Formats: sequence, structure tokens, C-alpha cells
Amino acid sequence: MSNHLKNITLRIWRQAGPAAKGNFETHVVDEITDEASFLEMLDILNDKLVTEGKEAVVFDHDCREGICGTCSLMIDGQAHGPQRGTATCQLHMRQFKSNDTITIEPWRASAFPIIKDLMVDRSAFDRIIESGGYITADTGGAPDANLIPIPKVIADAAMDSAECIGCGACVAACPNGAANLFTGAKIAHLSRLPQGQAERYSRVESMVETMDDHFGSCTSHGECEAACPKEISIDVIALMNKDFRKAKFANRKDLARK
Amino acid sequence: MAQVVTSHRGPVTGTATHQRKKRPFLLDLYSTAVGKKYVMGLTGIAMMGFVLFHMIGNLKMYLGATHLDEYAEFLKQLLVPIAPEGVVLWLLRGGLITFLFLHLHAAWSLTRLNRHARPVKYQSKRDYQIANFASRTMRWSGMIVLAFIIWHLSDLTFGVANTVGTDGVFVKAEVYNNVVRSFQRVPVSIFYVVANILLGIHLFHGTWSIFQSLGWNNPRFNNWRRGFATGFAAIVVLGNVSFPIAVMAGIVG
Repeated sequence: MSNHLKNITLRIWRQAGPAAKGNFETHVVDEITDEASFLEMLDILNDKLVTEGKEAVVFDHDCREGICGTCSLMIDGQAHGPQRGTATCQLHMRQFKSNDTITIEPWRASAFPIIKDLMVDRSAFDRIIESGGYITADTGGAPDANLIPIPKVIADAAMDSAECIGCGACVAACPNGAANLFTGAKIAHLSRLPQGQAERYSRVESMVETMDDHFGSCTSHGECEAACPKEISIDVIALMNKDFRKAKFANRKDLARK
Repeated sequence: MAQVVTSHRGPVTGTATHQRKKRPFLLDLYSTAVGKKYVMGLTGIAMMGFVLFHMIGNLKMYLGATHLDEYAEFLKQLLVPIAPEGVVLWLLRGGLITFLFLHLHAAWSLTRLNRHARPVKYQSKRDYQIANFASRTMRWSGMIVLAFIIWHLSDLTFGVANTVGTDGVFVKAEVYNNVVRSFQRVPVSIFYVVANILLGIHLFHGTWSIFQSLGWNNPRFNNWRRGFATGFAAIVVLGNVSFPIAVMAGIVG
């Protein structure tokens, strides 16, 4: 049997467009089942707003099972809300109490401009991926599985980084607006595997330099790790820094020029 | 086919053979935020070495005036038959000034980068999970420690802020007496204690952060990094704070 929460006050950031001045708008949800997810609660609120002839709150969402990285939201000052290791879509109303006031803000970073209300443009992450977050592979028939032996521990470690869904919570949670956890995860994912070795050093150079154009710098607070819905460790940042140093020392660009 | 992304440094991709303007290696490294963190970390290590040996050297005051004054003379005589008197000491000082300047410049430009990365702050209260007092106040603890260094030099190196210095007779070589006279002023002692606690807070986060910035990450020692930072900061602070307290308590002097 489900319990019902009563009288939830929502302070929601409303902003008409990228350049508009936004403000908090207060809405009261009279009653909601604690089995509702946080986004379902917003859906119900939006239904009500539309019925009343008001404009619905715009927020990002897609798979609603924590794997697509589309949902966001700064809930009561925490990226993806108070529950560790989950995205906003996996947060349920049972995490809250009757008469709670919940404040909802969009991600804030110059690289993530607000499109409308709670929706932000995260394409700066795409710029980082485009600059090196891939491997170059032959075309043609798919190779046999397990053709390249990879130790289980290495595969697992690479998978821990590959879990990154690119939601941007690390940037949102970082007091400096840095994307080191995102970039580090993408670099660690590929540089731990044999397939990632060919472009290992050119990748880290170009991805770090592209990251610099959009984001802040790391001061090792560790907030990103706490906010990450996939609980990716800041160890990947250290790995990125190490590979970046090696890339600069190895100076392979000079090698190519001779 | 790799897509070519243009950054303000020019086109970048992991696979493109595009040749960028060649820059000297160190400048190229320093132009990136990760490179600046390397500079922060390496200069931090050098200054950590200084604060540790400065504290150890000052422990001589518990042995008495002659020991401390002799130690000060020894520093001037470092490598004397090879180098003239005071040269090695000044080389060390020059190094420290350079490191301090680089540390400050990197901190300043990274702070600017970070401010630029979030021009519009969160409008509601943030609820930090991991960030602690030390990590959140690095800029403040750093600036107060810098102000303290300036005061400290004018007190015990130049003598202008020393009680004797105001009479016009500050004898630099009488290290022990200068220290005792300085710490007999209660507000000065309190300032030393407060500044050194802030130094400890700065060292606590800085020392741990060095491992991350320099990419020293290994499951073999990862669990020891926090402990090392705590221990190092504690040793330096306890040693330094003991000096004004010892003078105030009459143990030294």
C-alpha cells in the first residue's frame, strides 16, 4: 500500500528563453503518492498547469530508467537530488515528506546555456567527444568477439568509466563548473582498453584542450563524484592528468613532422 | 572521418594530422588548466618542503639561544667552500620567490577561468556533499597566509615590525632574542597561531590535491593520501604553533 504525501511546495525556476531573466515560481502539489517518481510528480503538475491554461514547466527527460543521461535538475542544491548514485528520473517521492518545500533549478554553467525553464543545452560535451572521444576502426565485416584478449579486471575498470551517461551532473555540482570527471571518464574508458591505445595520447591532448574552452578547472573538491548518477570515481581525473602529462612529454606531433 | 573541432588554440581532433603553431613545451603545457594544476602541485611540493624544514630548524629554540643562532649562521654558510657565503641561501630564497609567484599566478588565472565557467550562480542554496571547509576556503586561507608571510618577514627578517626594530636597533643575527621579543606581544602571538592554523588548513587540502593534480593515482597508496595530507599538515602546524605558545608560557625566553 502506498502512502500519500500532502502539501508539497515546489519552487521552480522559470525562464522564458536563453536571454530572459528568470525567477522562482511557487506551485503547491496538494497530494501525491510516494510511489510517483520525481518526474511523474512534475508531469502531474504540468497536467494541472495546462488544464488551468498556464504554460507547462519545461524539463529534460527521456528514458526514465537512468541510462540515457537526458534528465537533469538541481534539487534542493544537489544535482539529481538527495539520493546517491541515481539520476533524477530514478528519484521517488518517498525521499520527501509531507509539507516539504523543494527547490528546483537548472544546471548552471556558461557551457550549459538555459534553453527554457529547467532545460539546458549540453552540446559542449559533444564538442569534447568530437575532438577525440572515439576510436578509429576498420570498416568491413565485424571482427570475431574476444579476438583481442582483455583481462577481466581491465574490462571492468574500463566499464566503470564507460558507465558515464553524459548528463552533466559533474559540471552542475562542481563549484568551479569543471567537466574533468566527464572528460576523465571518457578518456579512462578508452585508454584502459587495447583498442584505445593507437590514439591514446592525441586523444587526451585534444579532449583536454577542447574542455578548457568551455569549462572551469578542477580543485579536487570531489563534489562531482558525489553527484554522479553512475558514481564514477575522481580517480579518472588523476588518470587523465597523468596521460596528459605523458602526451605533452612524448610530443608525438614532433615525431610526425620529421 | 574525424570531425575537426576548432578551439581557441586552433583545430583539435584525436586523429587529424593538422599542424598547429609550435610553442615551447612548458608554455604549451602551462596554457592549459591541467598544466596550471601541475604548476600548482609542483610549486606546492617545493613550498611544503620549505615549511617543513623551517619548522624543524626552529625547533632549535628549545635547545637555547646559541643553538638557534648557530643554525641561522649555518644557513648562511651552506656549501661555503664551494660557494661564497650566503649564495646558496639566496639561491634557495630566489627559488621560493619564483615558486610563490608561479603558484599565485596559476591560482589567479584558474580562479578567473572558474568564475567565467559559471557567470550566473545558483539562485538557491547549494547543498555540498563532499567539499569541506578546507577545499572551499583555499583562496582565503592562501591569501591570509600570504599576508602573514609579508608580516613575518618584516617582523623577523627585516625587523621593521619587531619591537626592537622600532627602536632602530634590530640585530638580525640574534634570532633567538628577536623571536622571544616578538612573541611577548600577545596580539602578535595570536596572529601567528591563527595564521599557522590557516596554513595547516591550506596544506591539508593542497597536499591531498597534489596527488590528483599530478596524476599520482594508484590503488596501492590511494587510501593513504588523505592520511598523509592530515599528518603533514598536523606536524607543521603543531610545530609552528608551539613556538609562540612556548614563549607566552615562559618555556622559551
